[in-house]
Amino acid sequence: MNEILSFNHVTFSYTPEEPDARNAVEDVSFAINKGEWIAIVGHNGSGKSTMAKLMSGLLLPQQGEVRIKHNILTEENLWEIRSQIGIVFQNPDNQFVGATVQDDVAFSLENNGVPHKEMVQRVQEALQQVKMEAFINHEPHHLSGGQKQRVAIAGALAMHPQILILDEATSMLDPQGREEVLTLVETLRKEIDLTVLAITHDLEEALLADRIIFMNDGKKYEEGTPAEIFSLGDKLLQFGLDMPFAMKMTKLLQAQGVQLVGQHMTEEELVNDLWTSNFNK
Amino acid sequence: MDIQLQQVSYAYAKGTPFEKFALHEVDLTIKSGTFQAIIGHTGSGKSTILLHFNGLLKPSSGSVKIGDRLIEAGKKAKDLKSVRQKVGIVFQFPEHQLFEETVLKDIMFGPMNFGVSEEEAEKRARELISLVGLPEEILEKSPFDLSGGQMRRVAIAGVLAMDPEVIVLDEPTAGLDPRGQKEIMDLFYELHKQRGLTTILVTHSMEDAARYADSIAIMHEGRCVLNGDPRDIFGDIKTLAQFRLEPPRIVRFQRQIEKMIDKSLSKVCLTEEELAFEIGQAIPKGREGQ
Repeated sequence: MNEILSFNHVTFSYTPEEPDARNAVEDVSFAINKGEWIAIVGHNGSGKSTMAKLMSGLLLPQQGEVRIKHNILTEENLWEIRSQIGIVFQNPDNQFVGATVQDDVAFSLENNGVPHKEMVQRVQEALQQVKMEAFINHEPHHLSGGQKQRVAIAGALAMHPQILILDEATSMLDPQGREEVLTLVETLRKEIDLTVLAITHDLEEALLADRIIFMNDGKKYEEGTPAEIFSLGDKLLQFGLDMPFAMKMTKLLQAQGVQLVGQHMTEEELVNDLWTSNFNK
Repeated sequence: MDIQLQQVSYAYAKGTPFEKFALHEVDLTIKSGTFQAIIGHTGSGKSTILLHFNGLLKPSSGSVKIGDRLIEAGKKAKDLKSVRQKVGIVFQFPEHQLFEETVLKDIMFGPMNFGVSEEEAEKRARELISLVGLPEEILEKSPFDLSGGQMRRVAIAGVLAMDPEVIVLDEPTAGLDPRGQKEIMDLFYELHKQRGLTTILVTHSMEDAARYADSIAIMHEGRCVLNGDPRDIFGDIKTLAQFRLEPPRIVRFQRQIEKMIDKSLSKVCLTEEELAFEIGQAIPKGREGQ
């Protein structure tokens, strides 16, 4: 397989001098292939965001190794590897540095010494990709949350990364903003063969992924397709998460004595089952 | 405590070339004991209106009545301290406002600032810490050693320690995992019932507004365009769309089912439990479980 990123028995503690303290990430292994959309889910404090920092070399593991395209991430190759990774964080207001949208998108290009002519071109291209080209001279604080996150994604894309990490990038957006960002990520993935790693506790968002890594207390609890992960049912609740809407409705309907065939993850499946098992008789 | 906004307009940077109206002639009455949700698209004026509920902003024109205190445009408002003690605001990410050495001191800070004795403030802190679902040992810890979810609970305890009659919540669950979200909202709902509070929830979670509110107000382009019963507000999808809002998922799902069976359920459902019950009722009798 075309592996692009992997964790091999990675352990990290914020307080390694305290042997009794729980590791933020403990003995986590997984591999991601090029072009996949992976969701990492888990409760607050489950280690999700620490994993994002380990992937981008903001933190280095105390044990185990992180590999990007088969190269072990070390302090020496950090800068080279980091240029292949784009990250978008949770709060759109905390990640703006430019006075205008185009300055902001250009920021990391400038830092990396990209020549002016190419920079102008890349900024233009990245803003087109996120459909924000009309806002090129706008001030970031006049944009909506969804628009701000799209600009933040453009800033990441301008560096031509191979991997895009979304660290709870939709959690502070209103429903429309969330939709905007997720639709964009879906399109981008098709258009430019991007690998997407979404850290989230929004299970509807996780449903969009090819695979889900389910974290609990710093350890990988389970890994699988959305169908496999959501079949864990009550375990999800026990570990601080929730069930997707359609699953929750399926359970509640069954508790009302409504006849349904199996569990449903999407509304469409549930509606169809309701019809054939109950109304169309 | 009743809150009444009459013809409230507010302009940021008034009298400068950057003057910008964020509120236009807002009329909104919130009766004592109501759980009031305020919803609206980003930039609709939700956050500006919130700052009027305890006099952090004063209207550019119109008036705000909080209990028996009247804050009028152009008039000097004296003694806003008493208003602020009665109206507690839990801002977004309240954990960013923690600052004391210990959790205990942090919770005691608010009430002592309002003249409550040290003894009484400590008593309140000890009661509140378990109420917000944290163990008493945490009182001696530094707030900065806690997890995000714990810090938020401490911050909430700090607001409750002032013993407010009105509590204003600005996206209180942002950034929490689903269990944390539910626990925090259930906590506010319990407090609302137990203490007979007036609760104002500013949110873009239509699901929370549907589940907890007695009344829902919609802000749109700086105006309060609707205020009413959640079933009426969320049942009218066309009107919501005008204000760039979508109904809760439950209502969208209900409409889908209704279309399929070509029949309306007996009411607009606001929770998953309600909807499951209503669908159960709508299934032709004698056919269930066959």
